[in-house]
Amino acid sequence: MIPAQFDYVRASSVDEAVAALAEHGDEAKVMAGGQSLIPLLRLRLSYPEVVVDVGRVAEMAGVREDGAHLVIGAMTTHHEVIHNELIRRHCGLIAEATETVADPAVRHRGTFGGALAHADPAGDLPAVALALDAEMVIAGSGGRRTVPAEEFFLDYLQTAVQPDEVLVEVRVPKLGEGWGYRYEKFHRVAQSWAIVGVAAAVRRSNGTIAEARVGLTNMGSTPVRASGVEEALNGASLERIGEAADRAAEGTSAPSDLNGKADYREHLARVLTRRAVTAAAGS
Amino acid sequence: MVRIQITVDGQRHEDEVEGRLLLVHYLRDRLGKVGTPVGCDTSNCGSCTVRMDGQSVKSCSVLAVQADGSEITTVEGLATGEWHPVQTAFKECHALQCGYCTPGMIMASIDLLEENPSPSEDEIRHGLEGNLCRCTGYQNIVKAVQYAAAQGGAQ
Ligand SMILES: Cc1cc2nc3c(=O)[nH]c(=O)nc-3n(C[C@H](O)[C@H](O)[C@H](O)COP(=O)(O)OP(=O)(O)OC[C@H]3O[C@@H](n4cnc5c(N)ncnc54)[C@H](O)[C@@H]3O)c2cc1C
Ligand code: FES
Ligand code: FES
Repeated sequence: MIPAQFDYVRASSVDEAVAALAEHGDEAKVMAGGQSLIPLLRLRLSYPEVVVDVGRVAEMAGVREDGAHLVIGAMTTHHEVIHNELIRRHCGLIAEATETVADPAVRHRGTFGGALAHADPAGDLPAVALALDAEMVIAGSGGRRTVPAEEFFLDYLQTAVQPDEVLVEVRVPKLGEGWGYRYEKFHRVAQSWAIVGVAAAVRRSNGTIAEARVGLTNMGSTPVRASGVEEALNGASLERIGEAADRAAEGTSAPSDLNGKADYREHLARVLTRRAVTAAAGS
Repeated sequence: MVRIQITVDGQRHEDEVEGRLLLVHYLRDRLGKVGTPVGCDTSNCGSCTVRMDGQSVKSCSVLAVQADGSEITTVEGLATGEWHPVQTAFKECHALQCGYCTPGMIMASIDLLEENPSPSEDEIRHGLEGNLCRCTGYQNIVKAVQYAAAQGGAQ
């Protein structure tokens, strides 16, 4: 199918993108890689009057270090994320989860920022950003603001990014010495979305778990932290992982759909959390 | 209308296009490059795969305006007098039946082999996960990629 007509604006800077959005308000839509937006335009589930293409905004691309943080430009493609040395070294969980996203051709175009701004509850990267305590840098007419991941994902396909704003970059605290990680994704066929996914980062010290962070994919309308699991793992020995993982579905509101009912997802969350934490604590 | 300049299979084109024009429709309807088919409405099937600046993309999921300034290779641009080794491999291994998925499979296979010249069977299956075939059961497609790799890969 063919998208409905729209005016195309190619922004060459964040300021230009913000100005275009301020001018057109609700009628405009940002386009990054287009790998979620173009399918929606084609099906006419989305029909903006103006599309603001940020694909060539240089200041939104690339990965750099800033002290204890990595700063990942919103336009960094999934393919670049997987192959980026800094990400692999300091935030390997992001690269590992990104390898499970879609397929190679989609990963050549789709972007890290686009996946976060799109905020699909089945998307793999929101739960990772949440587990890593990432911060989103958002630009609007009034300047820039930084929003922590736990305040960024508001609802199904809804984030703190307002219609006249652009997600510019993502600041992720580096995982230092002693941290291990694992993304466990359950899906039935190749190239498909997670039925449930679990992102775990674990810091070991003296044979016990000093600290654990666990984010869940597709266990509600937004990604959620498995705070019961994190609490139970705090200072726990490795033998207690199974018991802690049993709390994975606490406080979640998993959807029921053709892939499975809520209780099935709750079961998956417990099993995948046990696997992810065990692997993260071992690596 | 937006003015774009695209090089397709070695030939430079300049055109005025609507923002909403998909790259695959630009290739097929404007340039007559009908070797690149459209197989789905959901960006899943990969039959429309072409290479854009050396990377595989689904041309149904790229706007022609996004491809402005880029270099596109379609299945029609592969043979230079002789068939491309991956085309030969698909023929030798009987890696097609109806042929609908084949252009996309070949473009994705070339991409895979450039990144990984001697992939394992598992790596081939994962590398082609964005391309669906409704006929072959994939066995011979995997064999064709292995054959091409053994003959020296994507080159
Ligand atoms: C076949 C297929 C399979 C897929 N499988 C998976 C999967 O398994 N797991 C997964 O996580 N994802 C999957 N995806 C989605 C993929 O990760 C997309 O790349 C991603 O969701 C969107 O990134 P994009 O850069 O293409 O964004 P776009 O499609 O350009 O934009 C998506 C949305 O985010 C907004 N947006 C994008 N960037 C910004 C920004 N910088 N500032 C403000 N708003 C912005 C847009 O306005 C739009 O609403 C799949 C996609 C396809 C086509
Ligand atoms: S036509 Fe199916 S992915 Fe492009
Ligand atoms: S050969 Fe018929 S779809 Fe692949």
